[in-house]
Amino acid sequence: MLAAALRKELLLQWRTRGQMMAVLVFGATALLLFSFAIGPDASALRTFSAGFLWLGLLLSSTLTLAESFHSEMENRALEGLLLLPSDPRALYYGKAIANWLQLTLLGIALVPVMVVLYDAGTTQLLKLLGIIILGAAGLSAPGTLYAGMTAQLKAKQMLLPLLLFPLIVPALLASVKATSLVILGDPMDQLNAWITLLAAFDLIYWSMCGLLYGRVIEE
Amino acid sequence: MKDLTIDVEQVARRYGRRWALADVSFQVPPATVMMVAGRNGAGKSTLFRVLSTAIRPDRGRATVGGFDVVRHREDVRKLTAILSHANYLYEALTAKENLFIVADHLGIRRDGVMGVLEQVNLASRAEDAVSTFSAGMRKRLSFARILLQEPRFVLLDEPYGALDPPGFDLVDEVILELKRRGTTILMATHQWERSARLSDVALVLDQGRVIWQGPASEALEHEPHAQRAAILSTAAGGAR
Repeated sequence: MLAAALRKELLLQWRTRGQMMAVLVFGATALLLFSFAIGPDASALRTFSAGFLWLGLLLSSTLTLAESFHSEMENRALEGLLLLPSDPRALYYGKAIANWLQLTLLGIALVPVMVVLYDAGTTQLLKLLGIIILGAAGLSAPGTLYAGMTAQLKAKQMLLPLLLFPLIVPALLASVKATSLVILGDPMDQLNAWITLLAAFDLIYWSMCGLLYGRVIEE
Repeated sequence: MKDLTIDVEQVARRYGRRWALADVSFQVPPATVMMVAGRNGAGKSTLFRVLSTAIRPDRGRATVGGFDVVRHREDVRKLTAILSHANYLYEALTAKENLFIVADHLGIRRDGVMGVLEQVNLASRAEDAVSTFSAGMRKRLSFARILLQEPRFVLLDEPYGALDPPGFDLVDEVILELKRRGTTILMATHQWERSARLSDVALVLDQGRVIWQGPASEALEHEPHAQRAAILSTAAGGAR
């Protein structure tokens, strides 16, 4: 069932891939605007680069997460799947994994933008990739749950960030700190602690949100 | 072996302060076609959504195939298919892909997909995106979805809506085919005469209440709106 749900999500994402480019441009524009806020101080830009990268990804994620439910609500297709019947948990994990993949790709695509704008390069690319994968998991699990919850509401565009942002603060903080240590150096050897914290929150999000999804999307 | 009837006891459902269904009770024997008549807002769609487990009743009890629609939702869903006002289709995907999704989620082979598309005369449009389909073609595809499910109970909410005359005949054929297979069918439609010919029994709803139930052949006499429509139709025929 999970394979069927994931296949459907990836197919839908492929058919609407043009939107991914728009979201990438949005994320890159956000990074550019953050650099305007700091000004021409190269040292400050580099110091805050990790935070800007994750804020750019967070803002972009609200667009992709909300969009992932657009096709489900258009003709009440999600209700149709539930009535087949389909296991709500399989539907959730299918969508959450697809969103995770999309946010990971988006995060990877924003890294060169960050390097160019903030002069924030690193040689530890594998570690950075690992942090992006874990951080994107921390955004996609609760993000998919809340996007599903708010998809049927009129004020969904306002409610999704309002509900999501407070919840993902621990994962966001761990992602920013870990990324920052990779870019700026890790003299106190703190990286593993932050990555462990991020992985722990991912585990909590992925287990709890899967259990709650059935209750929030069904009447 | 579970009971293969639909049993509705004092079911009520409200939206806000308005009761869409008010203490509705009836039974449908196995392998029966029941026509559910009533004007717009009579509660037909709400009744079907309760029986399909899409929504819960606020009061009362309903069982489908012996399974309670609230406590045994999964079991009811395995036995039931609904043709709803919403067509449950993904606009960005093709007709074939939409049915593949249904087959994958049901855990059945994809081989049957082209067969049901041929049955609803959509085989030539199998590779086209649903977003390019007319309302009638979407309705046909929704029928294909039901045929793929092979359910024991079928709930058809306005099956003739948006269809052209050949589409009407197609719906009749599908209903007769399902009837032959022993499927229990509930059909809400404003095509009273056509529906009455296919149905065994009828239920007339008005403002969320059952105002009459009995043989389908007598239903038109008890549906106020149908009577007016029949009179107008006769008058129009006389004028010509």
